[in-house]
Order: sequence, then C-alpha cells, then structure tokens
Amino acid sequence: MKAFAALVAREVRLAWTGGGLWLPVIFYLAVATLFPFVTGPDKALLARTGGGILWIAALLATLLPIERLILPDRQAGILDQLVMRGWSDESVATAKIIGQIFAFALPLLLATVVGSALIGLPEAQLGTLLLGLALALPALSGLSVTIAALTAGLSGASALGGLLLVPITIPLLIFGAGTLSENPGNAMQLLAATALAIIALSPFAAGAALRAGRT
Amino acid sequence: MSSRQAPLPSISVDNVAVIRGNRLVLRGLTVTARSGDIIWVRGANGCGKSTLLRLIAGLLYATAGSIKAEGRIALADENLALDANLTVEKALMFWADMDGASADAQSAALADMDLQGLAQVPVRFLSTGQRKRASIARVLSSKADIWLLDEPYNGLDSASCARLDQAIMTHAAAGGIVLVAAHQPPSINVAHSLILDRPEADA
Repeated sequence: MKAFAALVAREVRLAWTGGGLWLPVIFYLAVATLFPFVTGPDKALLARTGGGILWIAALLATLLPIERLILPDRQAGILDQLVMRGWSDESVATAKIIGQIFAFALPLLLATVVGSALIGLPEAQLGTLLLGLALALPALSGLSVTIAALTAGLSGASALGGLLLVPITIPLLIFGAGTLSENPGNAMQLLAATALAIIALSPFAAGAALRAGRT
Repeated sequence: MSSRQAPLPSISVDNVAVIRGNRLVLRGLTVTARSGDIIWVRGANGCGKSTLLRLIAGLLYATAGSIKAEGRIALADENLALDANLTVEKALMFWADMDGASADAQSAALADMDLQGLAQVPVRFLSTGQRKRASIARVLSSKADIWLLDEPYNGLDSASCARLDQAIMTHAAAGGIVLVAAHQPPSINVAHSLILDRPEADA
C-alpha cells in the first residue's frame, strides 16, 4: 500500500514539475477567456453557451498530458522495473489514473470556478457544472491514461491520441451538456453511469495496452 | 528455523527459443545458475544477450522452453529507470520505497558506487558513467538475490569498474547470483561464461 501511494505521489510530482499540471489549467482558462472575443460581450449568449464551452475546453485539455503519461516511463525503463517487482499492468494503470485525478481533474475543477467567472456563467449554473465535471473529469483521466498507453511509441502519437479520445468522449459530452438544461436530473444520472463505467474499465484497458506495448 | 529461511536463489533456463520480429534470437538455450554463481554472458551484437536477461527478468516470454528463477531479481540495462529531474538520492529513494529497502541499504549502495558526492545532483546532469553507476546503485540497494547486469562496464572508468567487480564478488560470496552481459571479460573469476551464438548464422 505504501508502494502504491509512492507511485501515485510520483505521478502527481511529475505533473507538478513537468508542466503537466499547469498546462491543461492554463489552456482551459485561455479557452474560457478567448470565447467572449468571438461571440462578443453578449451576457445572455454567454450565460446560455458558457457551460458548454467549458465542457469542450475540459475535453480538449485532456489531450495535453497524454504524451507524457506513459511514453517517458516506458523509455526510461520505469515500467519494466515495476513489472519486475510484481506489479500488474492494471495496478500501474490504476496508480497512474489516480495520479491524474489529483494532478489533472482536481486542478481543472478548481479552475472551473475561475473559468465560469471569466465567461460570466450565472451562479445558479455553477453548482451543476461543477457536479457534472466532477463526475466526468475522473473518467477523462482514465481515458487519457488508456489512450496514452495505447499510443505510446507510435509515430504521430499525439495526433492519434486526439483522434481516439474525441469520439470516445461523445457520451460524456452529450450527457454533460444535458446537465446544463433546466432539468438536469436524468442527464446527471446518465453522466454518472457513463463516467463510472469508464472509470471501472479504464484500468483494465490501459493495463492491457501496457502489456501489449512491452518489447 | 529452516522453514523460515528463504530458498536459495537459482535460475533454470531450459531449452528456450525466442522469436522476435520474425527473427530467431535464441534457440535451444539451456542455462543453470546456482547460489554464488557469476556468469559472463557474451557473444556478438544481436546474439540475444539482452533478450536472455529480459527473459529471466520476466519482461519477455519465450516462444518455446521454460524459465524458472527463484529469488528476487534486479536488472540494470541501458534504461536508467531513475527520474531525471530528481536528485540521485531521491530517485533511488523512490525504488527503495518500492522495495521496502532501508535508508541504510541505500547509503551503502551510494558509497559502494562512490556516489555520495553526487547524491544531491539531479540525475539529468550526470555523465554517462555516473548514470551507469547510479543504475548499478539501484540494483545494489534493492537487496535482490539475482542481479542481471547488461553491459555494466560501458562508460565506467577503471576505478568504477573495480568497485563494480568488488560489489559483484561480495554479492556472489553472500549467496547471490550475478549475470553479466558484456563484450569485455570481467576482471573477476567467473563461474562460467556463456557464449551465445547467432542461431540464424548456422541455420
């Protein structure tokens, strides 16, 4: 258990020192800042569409850490050393996903408070938006680790990662956008169900990809 | 008493064949190593030295044959497996945490590889030879029974080579097993040397 905690802590530390923590947050806030430049300062329009924009920005921000999640560890032999110590690929993937929840999902959730203020989202919507993203961001963390494991070492890995991630996140996005409607209850339940399924499956998918990528 | 004692380390590679990328890398290879053995694995480039070490480490699967290793294994190959941004001490500490190794074992390993002066230097600033010493220190502090060293002398100066030889002899004398894959013969007495040939060459 101590070793597992050390591995999770390592993930958070790598994100903190390698820019993996701040880059998605800055990107996320930059999108929120840029959007009003395009639409103009129409408060009603921003209030109606702002939540959706933050959802899209969160999905796109998920792409940023993908390249640094698995490939550097594989190249440095860290993954080999963990396997030799009896770690299953699924446990390694789980530690990486939990690390991503701390290093990516939580900071983005906090940035949402700032982002919604920048975009002028009505306060009443903020709670729903935060709840929706709190459900979706851990699932996005799982997906980013899975896709990082699938594409590590392939040429054009980052572009391929984007192509893979965007279609998979469509259910999260549809239900997530649904929670921003006047009656978010059903959409929130479906979002929670989808997110839970993704969180439960991603350690196995990422673990299988790690195993398949070993040479 | 004896029931609590761990079994002696051993390696048994029996009639192993490995195909990698449509190429037969190892064929009909049989290796046995017992507690206290130092084995020099040698052969031309691409004859399967690293493949053999990775097979024993459990990182590759054999196409045919069986591999059994009794005891904890540590591997030092061309991959450093140390976080580049951490200091040498902290990077090694991560693996000590993973292995449940003591801080004493780690400082002893640092001293054995003459790394105390570099303990606070980030790994990314180390030279090739210093990196090699750091990765050997990782093996030393792991308290593993079986050491698999892939080209451990590459980049080492003569003093460091002597330190490594000393560490290998101490480990073998304490009942461990060491497999050294290298082109140059180690300057120590090896139990036997295993010459790998290229299966394709005589096919």
